[in-house]
Amino acid sequence: MASTSLPSSSPLLRRRSVLQAAGGALVASGSAVSTPLWAQAETIRVGLPIPLTGPFAAEARAVQQGAELAVKEFNAAGGGAGRKAELLVRDDKLNPQEAVTRTVELIEKDRAHFIVGSVSAAVQLSVNNATKQRKVIYNSVSQSDSINEAKDFSKYTFHECLNPHMTAGAVARYAFPKMGKRVVFLTADYAYGHEMARGFLNAGKAFGIEVLADIRHPLGQTDFSSYFPRILALKPDVLVVCNFGRDQSIAFRQAGDFGVKQKTKLIAPLLMHSGRMVDGHDVYAGVIGGTGYYWGMEQDTPSARAFNAAFRAANGGAAPTDYAGLGYAGVRNVLAAAKLANSVDSDRVAETLQGIKADVYKGSTYYRACDHQSVQSVLIVESKAPAQATTKDDIFRIVATEAPDEARMRSCTELGHA
Amino acid sequence: MNLLSALTPAATRHRVLLSIAVLALFPLLMPFHALAINILLFGLFGAGYNLTFGYTGKLSFGHAAFYGTGAYGCGILIATHQVPWPVAIAVGMALGGLVALLIGALAIRTRGIYFAMVTLALAQCVYFAAFHATSLTGGDNGLRGVNLPALQLGSWRLDLLQPLNRYYFMLGFVAVAIWVLSRILNSPFGAVLEAIRENEQRARASGFDVERTKLLSFVISGLFCGLAGALSAINLATVGIDMLSYHTSGQVMMVTLLGGMGTFFGPFIGAGTFLAMEHALTAVTERWQLIVGLMFIGLVLFFPKGIWGSLLARIDR
Amino acid sequence: MEITASLLLQQLFVGLALGAIYVLVAVGLSLIFGLLGVVNFAHGAFYMLGAYVAVYVYGLTGSFWACLLLVPLAVGLLGLLAERWLIRPLYGRGVDYPLLLTFGLAYVLVDSVRMVWGVQGEAFATPEALRGAVDVGFGVFPLYRLFLIGLCAGLLLALWLFIEKTRLGLIIRAGARDPLVLKVLGIDVGRIWLLIFGLGTALAGLAGLLAAPLRGVNPEMGGSVLIEAFVITVIGGMGSLVGAIVAGLLVGVVVAMTTLFQPEFAELAIFALMAAVLILRPNGLFGKS
Repeated sequence: MASTSLPSSSPLLRRRSVLQAAGGALVASGSAVSTPLWAQAETIRVGLPIPLTGPFAAEARAVQQGAELAVKEFNAAGGGAGRKAELLVRDDKLNPQEAVTRTVELIEKDRAHFIVGSVSAAVQLSVNNATKQRKVIYNSVSQSDSINEAKDFSKYTFHECLNPHMTAGAVARYAFPKMGKRVVFLTADYAYGHEMARGFLNAGKAFGIEVLADIRHPLGQTDFSSYFPRILALKPDVLVVCNFGRDQSIAFRQAGDFGVKQKTKLIAPLLMHSGRMVDGHDVYAGVIGGTGYYWGMEQDTPSARAFNAAFRAANGGAAPTDYAGLGYAGVRNVLAAAKLANSVDSDRVAETLQGIKADVYKGSTYYRACDHQSVQSVLIVESKAPAQATTKDDIFRIVATEAPDEARMRSCTELGHA
Repeated sequence: MNLLSALTPAATRHRVLLSIAVLALFPLLMPFHALAINILLFGLFGAGYNLTFGYTGKLSFGHAAFYGTGAYGCGILIATHQVPWPVAIAVGMALGGLVALLIGALAIRTRGIYFAMVTLALAQCVYFAAFHATSLTGGDNGLRGVNLPALQLGSWRLDLLQPLNRYYFMLGFVAVAIWVLSRILNSPFGAVLEAIRENEQRARASGFDVERTKLLSFVISGLFCGLAGALSAINLATVGIDMLSYHTSGQVMMVTLLGGMGTFFGPFIGAGTFLAMEHALTAVTERWQLIVGLMFIGLVLFFPKGIWGSLLARIDR
Repeated sequence: MEITASLLLQQLFVGLALGAIYVLVAVGLSLIFGLLGVVNFAHGAFYMLGAYVAVYVYGLTGSFWACLLLVPLAVGLLGLLAERWLIRPLYGRGVDYPLLLTFGLAYVLVDSVRMVWGVQGEAFATPEALRGAVDVGFGVFPLYRLFLIGLCAGLLLALWLFIEKTRLGLIIRAGARDPLVLKVLGIDVGRIWLLIFGLGTALAGLAGLLAAPLRGVNPEMGGSVLIEAFVITVIGGMGSLVGAIVAGLLVGVVVAMTTLFQPEFAELAIFALMAAVLILRPNGLFGKS
């Protein structure tokens, strides 16, 4: 048989070596990502699957920054349960399937003890399903009503973030008495949108609001012009915009174009910090909305002041947004529970975490027993004009704060818990 | 004549065995087992798609409908009705085939890019229906609770939460599926498919019922994709609405092209390369899309037959 | 809710403005497919690039009018380069390869933009002269959208005149019918393809610039536009300029009207329309068989 060795310059060999190099990179990156064996027994590993790529990259990065600060502070204070903490950040690409794969790998391969994360409702529910099965604690930092429900709940499930019912309710209780009873909803047609609308409706009942229309728009809508003629014709006192992310900024901007802001008041359950930073005051002017955290709280809240200072120091002077606060609290509380329980065992830590009452960055919070929902305050904010802003970060004015109150949340029985 | 060329005919005859052997060894060679399962199942999805695209020559943009329907069918039965998993998988698969029949019947008369667009439109209708049937599918929150934590056979228990165990469980199905696929491709039916791909007019002139054959291949493709979907539902324990989206259809098309359309093992190579590359890159950079994009461009310009197709062509020379 | 004539007219105008953007993107895509046989999966990315180049040019000049001139030129130039170096090598290999290549190109363009401008997006203000709303008799309508309708109408007229009345247009039409004819006549087909691809991408870039004051600027903005453009191009008939215009306006109006009565079905309406058109006229409304 003729020689089987191919000349080294042959295209086939070159292509083969390209493929080999790719394979090698794959294996190498795998080992770079997981911790060395000697450290694995030593650290408390917190997995953080977040959408680093995609439309919520800015929010995800904020979560990461908050989480990193929490880990840093924990380690600087000597750690807990005989170990230091370590953060394992993963990109879930805003896709539930991807998120589940990441979570399973974090648990099975990287031996993560706890999972914190996500920005999307669908993703958090899928991740929760995976962590539930494997008896791993999951502290979600994403808005959703569904995660409180009995169907999705487990003793390892915790919800650090506000849910739409709380945020919408708070904004409703602030706005409706001041603004009038004739209401039109402009709602993103997906679960989160519906949950926001329901929260408004629920609180609005007490004020006798009259719902003139609930206009549903597809998620990811870029042109709202089709909705405004009808909205204007209905002549509402209040237009409730129940959506999130870029949908929200575009809706506000176009509402301004069509003169809707002159004719009616706009309210939203959750105002996006990143949206306001990119699109500016013009787009957000005149809109009242809710948020879980704004750095301006530091005037009245010592823990906010401490958090802001530490965050600024670690992030080049930038102030933390609401998602940064969630990343911080989400990880900090879990690590605190591990330290208090002196263990990384899921059952022991879950029991301890459930009992944690702390003032971590926004005033005191605690987890409700039946659904592990963090009971916390809601801020009502409006956009601040650049002329009145002290720094580039000074984007909102806090007009009201609704104190934490379990009575305002959906009841345990309503959620299906015994 | 070099060694590889000499082996080719034997390899083709035993392609099923070789494929299964490679797939069986695969997870032992790479550290990410959860990813390996995704690759395995996406490869199966691609193999199903390849039947329509690579072997029959029709570019479909709606295959996510079969994959997603299979996933939801199986998922709903397991999560909501606690139906035993063999039944659920079978039903999921059958539903995939059924949706393929419905879409295929409407689309089969169109040509070229129009076929792609009709399949896209009809698949979007399926997406829309699933998105709004919230009580059934969970809507955009997804369907949770498709839990199959273990296999119980008398006193013997296999923990399926462990990725490696789950991989081999799934491989069982995939192995049977590709064996069936190989038999189909080797049959007279398979020959007619390739004839249609090469020259539809001539095939028709030769007396073959082209329309019926195309529809049948579309339905079979739907069955395989439905199976891949059903297994995915069990693998991830959740079913998401994006499994029905055109992005998923686009991805399976890319993966099949990447691997080499019309080749037997190509879809698995394509799935493996794409998913592994994505995974490896995501760990080191947020700019993985840039690199994947460059890779696509490079592959198309220099490896036009896809990775596996090019390798095979080289060996044949 | 009362349906008055003025409400319907307002909604119609909304549909026309919506359609204007659709048409600009679809025309480019249709020309590229009709004459080059290339399914340009990067078309949405060129649209996005147009918006970002606009941000850059506006940052330099402070003039929206400068953007109107420079953005299509810049994006068209990029299109020329892409055609010459990336797509030209693939001719004759079948429709799948340019599709796959442009898919990869889209990833590259979008992620490159993220690298340069970041992931959060940019704001783009409506030009001073075009701010505010105008009373058009049956209601108040944003001036900028009226400008959009007018500009697109003018552009499309110019494009139509170019294709129908000039020698170059004649060559393009002949090439669409049968590329072999051009070769036989000794015309450099490569230059025609280059021109068409550049023109198509320039139009997409222009659409991105025009959309920026309405929808903002972000790296993901091309995604949904691409699928809408495909649907419209198919409804109108691949390769037909008139088809793209009619279909774009039709879809804009259908979306607007569906939204007035049943907003949840607006998305589905587009796809249902496409399916219906294809089942009745498999090559689209104005497509050649």
